[in-house]
Amino acid sequence: MTRRSLWLAAALMVVVFGGVSAFLLMWRPAIEPVELPQHFDSEQLLRGARVVEAGDCAVCHTRPGGKYLAGGLGLVTPFGTLYSTNITPDPDTGIGRWSLPAFERAMRQGISRDGHFLYPAFPYVHYSRMTDEDIRDAYMYLISGPGVHAPATPNQMNFPMNIRPLVSFWNLLFLHSDRITALPDKSQTWNRGKYLVEGAGHCAGCHTPLNALGAEKSGQSLAGGVVDGWEAPSLRGMSSGPRPWTSEQLVGYLRAQVVPNHGTPAGPMRPVSLGLARLPLADVEAIADYLLSLQAPAATRSKESSKMTPIAAQQAAGLALFQGSCAGCHAPGAAMRTIDARPGLEQTSALHATSPRNFLKTVMEGIAPVPGMPGPVMPAFSASLSDDQLEALAAYLREQTQPDEPWTDLSSTIHDLRQEAK
Amino acid sequence: MTTTTLHVNGSAHTLDIDPDMPLLYALRNHLGLNGAKYGCGLGQCGACTVLLDDKPVFSCLTPCSGMEGRKIRTVESLGSAEQPGPLQQAFIDTQAAQCGYCIAGMIMRAQALLEQEPHPGEEAILAHMAPNLCRCGTHLRILEAIRHVSKDGVKHAG
Repeated sequence: MTRRSLWLAAALMVVVFGGVSAFLLMWRPAIEPVELPQHFDSEQLLRGARVVEAGDCAVCHTRPGGKYLAGGLGLVTPFGTLYSTNITPDPDTGIGRWSLPAFERAMRQGISRDGHFLYPAFPYVHYSRMTDEDIRDAYMYLISGPGVHAPATPNQMNFPMNIRPLVSFWNLLFLHSDRITALPDKSQTWNRGKYLVEGAGHCAGCHTPLNALGAEKSGQSLAGGVVDGWEAPSLRGMSSGPRPWTSEQLVGYLRAQVVPNHGTPAGPMRPVSLGLARLPLADVEAIADYLLSLQAPAATRSKESSKMTPIAAQQAAGLALFQGSCAGCHAPGAAMRTIDARPGLEQTSALHATSPRNFLKTVMEGIAPVPGMPGPVMPAFSASLSDDQLEALAAYLREQTQPDEPWTDLSSTIHDLRQEAK
Repeated sequence: MTTTTLHVNGSAHTLDIDPDMPLLYALRNHLGLNGAKYGCGLGQCGACTVLLDDKPVFSCLTPCSGMEGRKIRTVESLGSAEQPGPLQQAFIDTQAAQCGYCIAGMIMRAQALLEQEPHPGEEAILAHMAPNLCRCGTHLRILEAIRHVSKDGVKHAG
């Protein structure tokens, strides 16, 4: 063999090896379609319903006004817009031909029955950590429901993320399917809470900052993130700090109630909390028990005193706006305050937060009524209040709440939120 | 008291009022536009709904301050008893009012939808109209009136 042909052979081997590796990495077989069982164990269905509730499946897999679990909700990501899929047992458009192994592969590896890669907006990174029993119960519950014919809405992903096999590289980097193991030195309640938070509940999906590839930053689990313009606050150190949560408050909050010293869930947390309210109380208490045990990372925040003299004119405008737009429900003597014992605005987490995001988002979007559920309800003010008015109102209420730490980024945050809403 | 200029139904009105006066009060008590009604005063019933820059707002919770340069429209802008606009005519045709207290708000909220989306689907109509309540229970007729107009579309009324 000549030197030249040796080189050629070596190059060929590299190409073949690379091709085979890429193929093995990016190709997954279809799993044979099956006929679904017709009979179900009612106890198992009840357990499965709870797993599906704990996993917030319906929060993403039901669009507003759409059929339960039939998909179609648009999820805006930095990489394009995704639409959730139909997970009712419709044979043609749902999971009506999926076997349990196909379902389990989707939950643990993010692969659809036909072998295509699912996008990680579907939190298989977390679901992969669930027990076999929970996944099996959830499967039985899902396939026992009424099938809805609802074809998938095509995704609008940007290049290159519209090429699904590339997700395999993402999985290589970020999918580590270690099961959640109980710690023997912790209580059963704590371990149950950890399992729900880190498994089905996938709290970190929103409450952890994301890296450039849209994966949760390692080492910063539950340290806080931003989702749909809302701040998903850090869940570390909730039991300490200047405004500690009690177990009772956190359990109430997680179950969509209005609680003293903090308020009530709004934004993307509202549907999550409405789901948690349907779980057994003991499960929510376990979640609270685990979350309250998480310690704040060592204080790195240098507290710079940025005390500024509030602008008198802006404060007067803010007070006038509060009187005209808010006082009917939020003034000390307002009827709405006595009906559900809602705290004064100066007690709410939104007005104590470092970022004005959640206060502004709540004012702009309100809290929509849920048909068939009691309040609380708040009208949206995005159309009635101008940017200047929002700023004056926020500055006024912040001054009432945290006079030593005024929000300095109000104007830019309002601008950003308006842009995002378009 | 301070001077505030409101641009209502195409004309400017300069009023000497408190800046925190709700827009509803100014419309009714100072401009004699009695279409929008005071219902709950808490933004929970929608009887006071008017359009602000083409979007439906609760005028009972909207202070008159900050209205400079913003366009306010009330039900009076859509037509008169003699010459009702398309949406008003549809409400008459379907007899959508019983006591009528909520109707001006209903019409204005529906108007905003039809201007933005002339042929809304059933789900869009239901979702859009959800904030406005009718105590008499004529919701089915109100929805029917909106469907009538959505078949033809409604022209943008000034």
